[in-house]
Amino acid sequence: MSHNPNLPSEHHESPEGIWWIWKVFILLLVVTAVEVVLGIIKPEILLGHFMGTTVLNIIFIVLTLVKAFYIVAEFMHLKFERKNLIWTIALPAVILIPYLAFIVLAEGSYMKV
Amino acid sequence: MMANEATMEHNASPIWGGGRQPFGASYGKLMMWFFLLSDALTFSGFLAAMGLIRFKYEDTWPIAEEVFTHFPFVEGDAPLLYVALMTFILILSSVTMVMAVDAGHKMNKKGVMLWMGLTIIGGFFFLGSQAWEWGHFINGDKGAVQIEDRTVVYISDMEGNVVSLRTLIDGPDAHGHGIEYTDEQMLAAFKANDQYTLRRPGKGAEIFERGEALKLAEKAGVVQGANLVQNEYGNVLFADFFFFITGFHGFHVFSGVVINIIIFINVVMGTYEKRGHYEMVEKVGLYWHFVDLVWVFVFTFFYLV
Repeated sequence: MSHNPNLPSEHHESPEGIWWIWKVFILLLVVTAVEVVLGIIKPEILLGHFMGTTVLNIIFIVLTLVKAFYIVAEFMHLKFERKNLIWTIALPAVILIPYLAFIVLAEGSYMKV
Repeated sequence: MMANEATMEHNASPIWGGGRQPFGASYGKLMMWFFLLSDALTFSGFLAAMGLIRFKYEDTWPIAEEVFTHFPFVEGDAPLLYVALMTFILILSSVTMVMAVDAGHKMNKKGVMLWMGLTIIGGFFFLGSQAWEWGHFINGDKGAVQIEDRTVVYISDMEGNVVSLRTLIDGPDAHGHGIEYTDEQMLAAFKANDQYTLRRPGKGAEIFERGEALKLAEKAGVVQGANLVQNEYGNVLFADFFFFITGFHGFHVFSGVVINIIIFINVVMGTYEKRGHYEMVEKVGLYWHFVDLVWVFVFTFFYLV
């Protein structure tokens, strides 16, 4: 049972063909286009205050997270890895990044001059 | 099938006893994932720090769409479109990287070469775009003045529409880029044209009354362009974060291109053909997609929100 660092990863099932790549590409493109259009016209109704910012900004953040999900799950193939690898990578990010943002942004409001 | 696999592993030897892959991923791939996770936390730290400082100095923080308004060969303002193009370039180069990985699975050497080559070209396009963007940011656009309390304010008409130094001094029909104006020129022109006043940058910005603006202009200095110590667009920290965050991301893209070129050469020399698998392409592919992932967040938190 020799350990060989050059051993390839086991093969994981992924969708046949390449059509799924273009599907993800178009999805990312459409979401980006929606963001840009919203960013240029800035609809009046979306500028109301909501959760410490505007509704529009919440929409931007949600759309960004949608894009991030598709890049990590599909392009980086994490969706098709073993469950323990998925959780090892996803959990620290999903816990630590919102925690950091909360501490710095919410608590940082005391710094406001 | 999963249950079967687990039982077999249990019977054969302990999963963590060595000689097998508990995560179903090779050593190199696993370490790439851990590196990317830590890198993601680093970028989160930068962006969160920017958010904190932005909230603190909300009154003097420039609005990104008043800063990044240029598009090549287009006169006038075209906010957001240029960064949208940069996003498009990076997403497209991510797609070509997925194609390269896919060709690698099929042991298709020519396919890997083609798609990796396109990915490298996409990377160069992105770097070029970023250089163009930095160039415009550093050289400045409309110019502004720094008043006595060391904050930067824009010259504007009475409604708050920003007016460039060139328009103020040389008149609305003047053309030309990169002209440097002196404090005296600015003050003389400001006194002579009473349709102009000063306003602060940022959301809901304060527009000074003409009389007050005149008093401020007496002791004001011209600011053109942006660097680490002065910034015509507003708070200097905005420029610092711009250079630091997009610079750090750009450095990732640059190193990604270099790594891609090294792997491309290996592909051409048949290194992975001999090894029997193209997993190295997959590993650098992970890094390349991560660069795309970070840009998605930089795009949102720097240019949109």
